[in-house]
This record gives sequence, C-alpha cells and structure tokens, in this order.
Amino acid sequence: MTSPKQALAHPAPSAETAPGDQPGAVPGAQGRGKPPTGPGSWRSRLYRWDMKASPYAFITPFFLVFGAFGLVPLLYTGWYSLHSVQLSSLDDQTWVGLENYKNLWSSDFFWNALKNTFTIGLISTVPQLLLALGIAHLLNYKLRGSTLWRVVMLTPYATSVAAATLVFTLLYSWDGGMINWLLHFVGVDPINWRESDWGGQFAVSSIVIWRWTGYNALIYLAAMQAIPADLYESTALDGANRWQQFRHVTIPMLRPTILFTVVVSTIGATQLFGEPLLFGGSKGGSEHQYQTLGLYMYDQGWIIGNLGKASAIAWSMFLILLIVAAVNMLVNRRLRKSQ
Amino acid sequence: MTTSDLTLPQADTEPKPKGARGSRRPRMIGAGKQLHAGPVTYVVLAVFSLVSLAPLLWTAIAASRDNTRLAQTPPPLWFGANLFKNLQAAWDEVGLGTAMLNSTLVAGTITVSTVLFSTLAGFAFAKLRFRFSSALLLLTIGTMMVPPQLAVVPLYLWMADLGWSNQLQAVILPTLVTAFGTFFMRQYLVQALPSELIEAARMDGANSLRVVWHVVFPAARPAMAVLGLLTFVFAWNDFLWPIIALNQQNPTVQVALNALGTGYVPDQAVIMAGALLGTLPLLIAFLLFGKQIVGGIMNGAIKG
Repeated sequence: MTSPKQALAHPAPSAETAPGDQPGAVPGAQGRGKPPTGPGSWRSRLYRWDMKASPYAFITPFFLVFGAFGLVPLLYTGWYSLHSVQLSSLDDQTWVGLENYKNLWSSDFFWNALKNTFTIGLISTVPQLLLALGIAHLLNYKLRGSTLWRVVMLTPYATSVAAATLVFTLLYSWDGGMINWLLHFVGVDPINWRESDWGGQFAVSSIVIWRWTGYNALIYLAAMQAIPADLYESTALDGANRWQQFRHVTIPMLRPTILFTVVVSTIGATQLFGEPLLFGGSKGGSEHQYQTLGLYMYDQGWIIGNLGKASAIAWSMFLILLIVAAVNMLVNRRLRKSQ
Repeated sequence: MTTSDLTLPQADTEPKPKGARGSRRPRMIGAGKQLHAGPVTYVVLAVFSLVSLAPLLWTAIAASRDNTRLAQTPPPLWFGANLFKNLQAAWDEVGLGTAMLNSTLVAGTITVSTVLFSTLAGFAFAKLRFRFSSALLLLTIGTMMVPPQLAVVPLYLWMADLGWSNQLQAVILPTLVTAFGTFFMRQYLVQALPSELIEAARMDGANSLRVVWHVVFPAARPAMAVLGLLTFVFAWNDFLWPIIALNQQNPTVQVALNALGTGYVPDQAVIMAGALLGTLPLLIAFLLFGKQIVGGIMNGAIKG
C-alpha cells in the first residue's frame, strides 16, 4: 500500500526536465507529433482541431463551477454590500451606497470582532506553529513506527470543527469539566471559561491548536526531509550539537515553508467561525468576548437578518486580507534584501 | 545566520558531539533523517500523541455515560454502560442517521467530481499549452486565499431564488470543484507525467480523450486517490455554507451537530454520542488510509 506515497515522494525520472521544457514538448503545438495521415485530410484537420480545443475542454468544467460559485459571488457580495438586503424580504433590495459600511465602521461590535479575530488569531497561530515545528523535528528522527506516529498526530484533523468544539465545550465546562478538575490539582480555582474574557479566547484558540498542530507538523516534516543531509553532516563535523543544527540549519532552510504556514494560518484565523459559535453562541459569549469577524458576519446576516451588512463585513474581511497580503509581501521583500 | 559562531566554542567543549554520529553512517542525501531517536524523543512524542488522542477517547467515554454523571466531579475516566443507548438516541432522535446518509451523498458526489475535474484541469495546466494558462492558474491559486464568507450571501440568495433552500444540491453544486484540487493535481502531473509519454501516444494517433484515458489517468492515479481522501474529509467537515444552506429537517452531519450544540435542554451524553458518530467514518478512513493521507499532505506541502 505504499505506492501512492512513494510515487509522490519519488517522482518519475522525467521530473528532471524543467517546467520550461514542457510547452515545447506538447506535440501538436510545435508540429512535432506527426498526424496520423497526410496533411489536408479531414483526419489531420480533426487532429489539429483536437489539439487546439482540448485544453479548453479540460478546464471548462472546472472554471464553469469555480467561476459561478467562487468568483462571481465574490463580486456580488460587494454589490449586495451597497444595498439593503433583509433576510425577511429577500427580493426587496434597495441601493444604500456606503451606508452599510458607515454603519459597520461606527459600530463598537465590529471593532471588537476585529480585535478578537486578531488576538485569537495570534494566540492560536503562534503556539500552534511553534509546537508543530518541535513535533516535526522529533518526527524527523529515525523512529520505530514512524508512519503510526504521523497518523496519530494528524488524527485531530479528522475531527470536524463542530465535533471538536462540542467535546471541548464539555471539557471546559465550569463545574464537572475535565480541565477545571485537572487544574484543581495544581491549586487553580474553577475558571468560568465561557464567561471570562481571556478564558473564552484561550479555550477557542486551544481548539484550533488541537485540530491543526499535527497538520502543520507534517508540512514542516516534509520540508525538513527535503533538506540535504550533507548540511547536517558538515555542521556536525564542525561540532554543532542537535539544538545548534536545528537553529542554524533546519530553521533557515525551512523559512519558505514557515512563511507558507504563517500565510495559511492567517487566512484560517481570519475566517474563524465555527469554534466560537458552538462554544458560546452567535454573539461569541454573553459579552461578545470571543466574537470573531466571521461569527459577527453570521450573526448579523442570519441571526439578526441583515444580509447587506453581512456583505459589508465580508468585504471588510477581504480588504483586511488584502492589506495583510501586501504587508506580508513587503516584509518578505525586505527580508530578502537584508540577506 | 553565521555558522562561524557555532563552530568555535563547541568543538573544544564537546569533543564527541552526538551529531557526529550521522557522518559515519552511509549518506542519505535528501533524507534528512540524520539521527536515531533517543528515549526522550519517544517520551515527548508519546505525550503529544496522548494530547492528540485523549479528547477523542474521552468523547467515547462521555458518550457511554449519562447526563447527570457528566455534570459531576471528578469527570468519568472510564467507560460506562450507556454507549449504545446514547448512540441510538443520537441516531434516531437527533436525526444523525439521516445526516450521515446525506453527508455520505454530499461528500461522495463532491469527491468524485472534484477528483475528475481537477485531474482534467490539472493536466491541462501541467502539460498543455493554451492562451492565458498562466493567468488562469494564478487566478486559481489567488482565490484559494479568499475566505468562504465572501461567497455565502449571494449563494444564499440564489439558492432561495432557485427554490433550493434546505436541499442537498444547494451544498453539493457550489463545491463540485475546488481550487486546491486543481492546483494539487497540476503540481503532481508536472512531475509525474512524462511529456514523452503523451507524445508517444499522439504519434500512435491517439486523440485527446484517449490520451487522458490511457496516459493521464493511469499516471495520475496515486494523486487522485490522495486528493479523493482529502476532498472527502474536507466535504464531510465543511461547516459554514452547509449550516446556512440547510436546516435541521434535512441536515448534513455538521448541520446536525450544530443543532445539537445550540439546541434546547442538551443531554451532554447524547451530544458526545453524536460527535463520536459524526467523526467515526473519518476515523475509520484514517485507520485504513492514514499513510496515504499523511503522504498526500506532506507532498502537497513541498510543492505548494
């Protein structure tokens, strides 16, 4: 049963041909592949037509669905954000210009949700990636039953947001909850996780950390295994211990992968939604302590019933992501220059 | 990073650093597994494994108890006798039975279509030349970063117009393909499908459909299997759009679990039974295909 993995891990010899070679290798495009019969015959015309049209035929199903349900809605959300659209009367859409945005940006709940998204994003992403890095480092040793360890680390990934949150909600319950019970052994009084400010944010983050650490560890592990062994050998000959190898070989070589996971986790954190919803309802706790932007949007759109405002929240999220992406690019460029 | 400041002090103080062991073993270029794990590594990994598995194990324990027991301190640490009673309650009363059937249908359809269309599009992006191919690929990758929140309002309004609210096609249709799938297959086929093979088939007079059937699909099969597994996990666990599009009368597993969590007078033991039941198919998939799923994630990572 190792075939898929091996096939993936050790690509066919042709992998050496650089991607740049490939367009030329497409037979018909260069006239290299010989048509089955002489030129001018209907068969060769059909053949040439086939060569031209088939790429479009192959991408059409994908782009039809992707365009209709991925790209077009993105623009329509912008359009609806300029309208008043109520859940109670969907067909009654009136143009209101930037009213929804003005409304939104003067609302304390919006800024609260933005702040919560940021803090929860921070306290879920940073420990998650650090832990993942450590676990990947351990998994990178020659281990007995290496596959089993990896599968075990990934198991939380099989659990849905809903299932995981239901379980953690019970684990975090005020009285009788496992976590408060364990904490009492070290002398901590029961914490009301759902009602407290930082407690709720911590609990929500812990669900994210639990579900995603193993996944990120595997991504780091893959990158670690691509680091040439010579690098370790030469630093070992220089007398570097394990920690120094980790710091001076592994981490620098992993930089692109780390950046990749930071970007992906940031995107994930921006849309965080299911965990706070099931942990403390659509308000994200009685005092909105852990209401994120994604949750605020759901609350405004489908609980309060203001779909126009929900669209404005969605587009605000989009703008924030664009800003984050731009900042990320700038930082990246600065880092590359400084090297 | 200056390598010089780590060479000098260490060479004297540690004449035989552990790392040097690696240099005596035969070279494994690219393998990166330079050291055997010591006992500490195993212990630390075991602790992490426990953290990883304990919540799931405890779900099963809680699902085998009853509601009053779960409210008491200390929480139960071993199984009780009510597992089947609670599972049955979750299956019947909460409607998880229907939900499991619906989720199988939804995730199954999405998986088949995603794998098929992603392989076709991924092949075109990897090996064929056509206008705007790089721009279209960039667009595909770019939109992988857009949150699903940006699509749900229009989708909701359209589904209401079509009269598809609370119907399964409302959650199937928008997810029939994923940008990730196409990107994943493209990355795989760029390396795994030799262009000479396509060329040879062309020389034999094969048309594009025959090339796809006899060359592309066989070469892509391992990646298609992995993409299928990843897509099934994703579709089974998808949350935001299903809870907007569907209601409790015709739910997927996640919609039913959401209803459980936000519902009236909750029986925690039944909720845990529901969470367990809804996760079980994926846990079984992990048990059977864990190696492939791990391989898929790791290989998607290097090239991504």
